[in-house]
Amino acid sequence: MKLRIRFRKQEELRFIGHLDVMRYFQKVMRRAQVAIRYSEGFSPHQIMSFASPLSVGLISNGEYVDIDVSSADSSEAMRDRLNAAGVPQLQVLSVRRLDDSAKNAMASVAAADYVIWLKKEALPASREEEKALFEELLAFCKRPSVLTVKKTKKGEKEVDLKPMIWNAQAGELKLLRPAYAEAADAAYGLSVRLASGSAANVKPEQLLGAFLEARGGAESSVSFQIEREELYAVKEETGSLIPLEAFGSDF
Amino acid sequence: MKKLALSDEILLKIDKPARYTGGEINSVMKDPAKVAIRFAMCFPDVYEIGMSHLGIQILYDMFNRREDVWCERVYSPWTDLDPILRERKIPLFALESQDPVRDFDFLGITLQYEMCYTNILQILDLSGIPLHAADRTWADPIVIGGGPCAYNPEPIAPFFDLFYIGEGEVVYDELLDRYKEIKKQNKSRLEFLEAAAQIPGIYVPGFYEVTYREDGTIRAMTPVNPHAPARVARQLVTDMDGACYPEKPVIPYIRTTQDRVVLEIMRGCIRGCRFCQAGMIYRPVRERSVDELKALAKSMLLATGHEEISLSSLSSSDYTGLEELVRFLIEEFEGRGVNVSLPSLRIDAFSLDVMSRVQDVKKSSLTFAPEAGSQRLRNVINKGLTEEDILKGSAEAFCGGWNRVKLYFMLGLPTETDEDIEGIALLSEKVAETYYDTVPKEERHGKVQVTASTSFFVPKPFTPFQWARMCSSEEFLEKAALVNHKMREMLNRKSLRYNWHEAELTVLEGVFARGDRRVAAVIEEAYRRGALYDAWSESFRNEIWMDAFAACGVDIAFYTQRERSRDEIFPWDFIDIGVSREFLYREWEKALREEVTPNCREQCSGCGVRRYDCGVCLEERSAR
Repeated sequence: MKLRIRFRKQEELRFIGHLDVMRYFQKVMRRAQVAIRYSEGFSPHQIMSFASPLSVGLISNGEYVDIDVSSADSSEAMRDRLNAAGVPQLQVLSVRRLDDSAKNAMASVAAADYVIWLKKEALPASREEEKALFEELLAFCKRPSVLTVKKTKKGEKEVDLKPMIWNAQAGELKLLRPAYAEAADAAYGLSVRLASGSAANVKPEQLLGAFLEARGGAESSVSFQIEREELYAVKEETGSLIPLEAFGSDF
Repeated sequence: MKKLALSDEILLKIDKPARYTGGEINSVMKDPAKVAIRFAMCFPDVYEIGMSHLGIQILYDMFNRREDVWCERVYSPWTDLDPILRERKIPLFALESQDPVRDFDFLGITLQYEMCYTNILQILDLSGIPLHAADRTWADPIVIGGGPCAYNPEPIAPFFDLFYIGEGEVVYDELLDRYKEIKKQNKSRLEFLEAAAQIPGIYVPGFYEVTYREDGTIRAMTPVNPHAPARVARQLVTDMDGACYPEKPVIPYIRTTQDRVVLEIMRGCIRGCRFCQAGMIYRPVRERSVDELKALAKSMLLATGHEEISLSSLSSSDYTGLEELVRFLIEEFEGRGVNVSLPSLRIDAFSLDVMSRVQDVKKSSLTFAPEAGSQRLRNVINKGLTEEDILKGSAEAFCGGWNRVKLYFMLGLPTETDEDIEGIALLSEKVAETYYDTVPKEERHGKVQVTASTSFFVPKPFTPFQWARMCSSEEFLEKAALVNHKMREMLNRKSLRYNWHEAELTVLEGVFARGDRRVAAVIEEAYRRGALYDAWSESFRNEIWMDAFAACGVDIAFYTQRERSRDEIFPWDFIDIGVSREFLYREWEKALREEVTPNCREQCSGCGVRRYDCGVCLEERSAR
């Protein structure tokens, strides 16, 4: 039975890498006594697939891992059991059942939502300045083309991010983030949907870097906190983007 | 967001920021306003090494069981963070609260190996604590050292207020209670140190004066404070089952050296190898019961979610309940995604059977530690492993499918001759020959691979070899060259590999192991000149040390290359470890006569620890 787990990555755990999150969940599965299935072979490992690794420094409300279990009680009981065995910074939000034919989390991701705001120590003197900065960032996202230089193995290459920026809005931070999110010191922010996955991929840090470079100011991308809010995949029947969570159902 | 001592900007530019952010599962958070004592427990090396240490986990758990104490962890900032902390004047902090170490009541530093001594100074320096205990006030934490290197604390004595001599489970409660009282009564720091000096096992170096003879050896070490005892008695746990054990150890997010449940099955060793300090200072052997270990294994695997469990002891094969325990672990946990790992097992039918069940024979190798290349020299060091044991064990293993063998030796042992040294190559060759003799051609999986490794012998305090001369680094390298040369003469040389340790590092280890208070100046000087993380070959710089010795006028050879006379007063003689100096000297003489001493289960050799009335001393002996 395939299960899809949605979890958060918050607080100081923004500093642990993707492999550490994997190791963490392997241990949580054993602590919570989840009937997870193991691969065959001499050194069996848990059958587990993570969607889209998050860069160190980012926080998230929309991380996903798919697991394969031989039995499970209910969505709610599983979620509570995982949370009792884990830390609040990596809180599990939901556990849902996937069809056996469903594509795994890693393979299906097509887009991601992010919210960007200023860290406490980088906040300007007035709320107006703060608001103006995000209006400027929004205007940047809405330009006809958003050019940035990408460093590759072969050298530098200019790419246009514009086709991968799908949706952007600036506004009051508390309206951009989910209701359960811990309050931030900032008041304004930008919400943006970016292409993510194997077909086309842009990281929010790249967008921010392009903005700061074009702006030419002293700000560094470290001044901004980026939070991932959701991951999406294409629903084949309709061709529309729907959250990864919506591919599963409660049980 | 949680308060962090380091800014995001710093954390995002250093390697593995999670070394400094805490928040691990089972780490303990308390309200600082509700505790009387804040204890910073430090392992003076990088997080991944320090987090793998069982002793710290035991003490962390033990301290935090007390409601009035909050114990937190501190590790050495890695070389990328160190300059940032200095430049920006960020004080060193503890992981849990992220509060500066200087604001704590205690800073406890575990002393696991000599080459971490400059890291201790880094910890003090970055914390803003005066390096010298004599310069500290109540505004500074009480700095206390413990662990194996505390059995000769003299080279680092000026940097510590206190040393705890022995096993941590015993008198810490008393020390903490005394601290609370003294603080409540608004007494002085000196009064606290005086009170501490009266607790058995606590050594206050500032209360002793050392005088020297003209030849540089010690004339006397005398207490200069009426509260300080002439000798400090090592503390030990007499009932292992009653000792506390961390059932919920802290689980790091980042991969550490020891990413598994560690079960300490016993303390001490019955063997009495004459070079081995652990074999003397942890006497007598004390076992945990099989029943308790079974229960601990279950509860710890569940509490940690680790996928591996490992047994810890100096010589697991000597644990009386080994078969029962190992069979239980395998039956209970294998097939449930949990690996059982069994280090330090003697190779015999039982261990081979067990190993073939828990590991992939093709990928694993077999390890023997003959320590010396000839039977003569093995008798000198009292290593009861014979060539026959090794060859028979190898033959059985080869039949079981193994084809890789590791052999560990030491070079520079007392009385060593060229013949003994060449014996390393000859023994390796015989192991290789055994493979070709026992495994028929059609059943071989490729060539056999025999890897011999040599470390250089360092005489340690409280061993029969504490009187012995140690080699110079040139001598060490000549010996290694001789092994290497002999290896190439062997018929099966293509199946043999040989590697050896760093000689310069070993010589320094030798100085610190048997050094006295005059060595402290060298450590401080080397630290000032930039020595740090000396245990890491990538950061060890011998020239700094050589300059520091020269600048301080301290002669390396005095500490290393001198055979001591029977009655010389050693810097560590003020410690009573329970094993008598007479016994150690008797063993030294027997070593020179190439005579072996039976192990504790065969016959009591009267080492002196019988008076503790515990462990193997109370067992019925198989042969009298």
